[in-house]
Amino acid sequence: MSEAVTAEGSQTQTIRPRERRLAGFWRRFKRNRLALVGLVIVGIMLLTAALAPLIAPSDPQAQDYALTLQPPGVGGLMGTDSLGGDVFSRVVFGARISLISSLISVGIALLIGVPVGLTAGYFRGIWDEWIVMRVVDSLQAFPFLILALVIAAILGGGLGYAMIAIGIGFIPAFVRITRAQVLTVRSLDYVDAARAIGTGHVGIMLRHVLPNSLPPLLVQTTLAVGYAIIAEATLSFLGLGAEPGQPSWGSMLFQAQSYLTTAWWMAFFPGMAIFFAVLGFNLLGDGVREALDPRTYD
Amino acid sequence: MTRGAENGAPNGQALLQVKDLKKHFQVGRGTALKAVDGISLEIKKGETFGLVGESGCGKSTVGRTLVRLYEPSGGQVVYGGRDIHQAKGEEARILNRKMQMVFQDPQASLNPRMVVGDIVAEGIDIHGLAESRKERQDAVHELLETVGLNKEHANRYPHEFSGGQRQRIGVARALAVDPDFIVADEPVSALDVSIQAQVINLMKRLQRERDLTYLFISHDLSVVKYISDRVGVMYLGVMVEMAPSDELYANPMHPYTQALLSAVPVPDPDVEMERERIVLEGDVPSPVNPPSGCRFRTRCPYATEACAHEEPVWREVSPEHWVAACHCID
Repeated sequence: MSEAVTAEGSQTQTIRPRERRLAGFWRRFKRNRLALVGLVIVGIMLLTAALAPLIAPSDPQAQDYALTLQPPGVGGLMGTDSLGGDVFSRVVFGARISLISSLISVGIALLIGVPVGLTAGYFRGIWDEWIVMRVVDSLQAFPFLILALVIAAILGGGLGYAMIAIGIGFIPAFVRITRAQVLTVRSLDYVDAARAIGTGHVGIMLRHVLPNSLPPLLVQTTLAVGYAIIAEATLSFLGLGAEPGQPSWGSMLFQAQSYLTTAWWMAFFPGMAIFFAVLGFNLLGDGVREALDPRTYD
Repeated sequence: MTRGAENGAPNGQALLQVKDLKKHFQVGRGTALKAVDGISLEIKKGETFGLVGESGCGKSTVGRTLVRLYEPSGGQVVYGGRDIHQAKGEEARILNRKMQMVFQDPQASLNPRMVVGDIVAEGIDIHGLAESRKERQDAVHELLETVGLNKEHANRYPHEFSGGQRQRIGVARALAVDPDFIVADEPVSALDVSIQAQVINLMKRLQRERDLTYLFISHDLSVVKYISDRVGVMYLGVMVEMAPSDELYANPMHPYTQALLSAVPVPDPDVEMERERIVLEGDVPSPVNPPSGCRFRTRCPYATEACAHEEPVWREVSPEHWVAACHCID
């Protein structure tokens, strides 16, 4: 038996050309029509938020008592509200508040949930079983919105506190998903190989465990952004989020309550904005999940 | 040790001593799975010690305990005069370099999100073995070439390689820290037979060139015979027989070893037709609750009632040939 290194070495030429991970991901992602729709919706929303001052015809906070409750067409593209504000301008600027508040609240959840879930799943023991998981269980015993509502009420009203409340409400889900993923990854051979080489706990967590736990987290993040938009709107609608004057979709709905029968456009347009934003992020999240699933590899 | 000469001459000096090693895993309240239950052996510098046995006999657990992935429940592993499981700090770091492991599943043992160059260089980074990026890169390229890959492979991901190539990457990673001793845990059992030979020959060449000592774990007796100087046979957490490879295959004494060896096919159809096989009945008993006395008695063709309370004695029946001796060995 002579060593046939060269025979196998030459085999590498026939392997398909190196494809970057991102390119493969994109190829699988774009096959999913709905995911592309989601991406387009989210893209439009991002652009709207970024270019709001250029798109909106007037100041979203401006009030004109001479022109209240004008229907669409007469008083601008989407009519005017009960204080004479331009609904279109407010919806456009609302995209900013929705996006910023949902990204910040999801950011809070990621920043706390991922490290906690990572250490709990990696080290196990008392920290995991008796502290982290029991706290997570107690938090998850409450429906998410109730929890966010209570936290927002305790902290006091205002958009900033609403973001924190929503963020805290998301933490349990992020801890659980991270931990579950870490539990699978930590028992794989490449983690043992790193231990045998002498890589420390921090190195193993950052180089091996976290990167391989990311796909479900990425999906959870996109879905959570959609959910945070609803949560922000709900809290604002209940008066615990944005101030009535601020152009938040939720507070616009709150303001529209008493005019539902007389001025449908006040509720309809911010409602549609919420609908499409959430739909967009959900479709995007589903698409990301499918594209990351190794079973759809080809 | 005639075989030793071709493998870089084991000089008879023990590199590693395993003394009454035990590893029990807790499986629920008060019950323990006795994966390894009192194993003693010596591995000499430069030799290949083969460890064989059925799935679940504890051979992988021995290997993992030897590279300190597991803490033993009892006994010790002595390397360079020191109990390796007591080592801390700098001493532990040195041991991490001196003792390495090659894993069974070449797919699972490589991080899919790291390029091969970074996988191989992990030990170099951790132990600060390269002064500069250039030095690190040169080291990686040299390692890849040593194991029969080429330097272009450094920028690729593990999924772009075949099973045999991945196992070569695993070998290169182990070599990166310049070890003396490598535990190879079923390194070829996930590979095609033709590729198995290549990887085994690679390992033999590296042993010669780098003066390595191997613990080679496998359930494939033909592979073990080909690579090993000495072989230990495990059954249900204990060693039942240990001898130089040629001696063991020519003159197996324990009924379990005889049964195992009779299952190895002979590459000659006439002999194969005539051959008598010892077929063991039943399954391996649970290591949570192993049989009393001799552990093999539930499947042993020669078992008597006495076997239930007579523990076999581990003794050297002829030079270097150890066996867990019961009434059927005189």
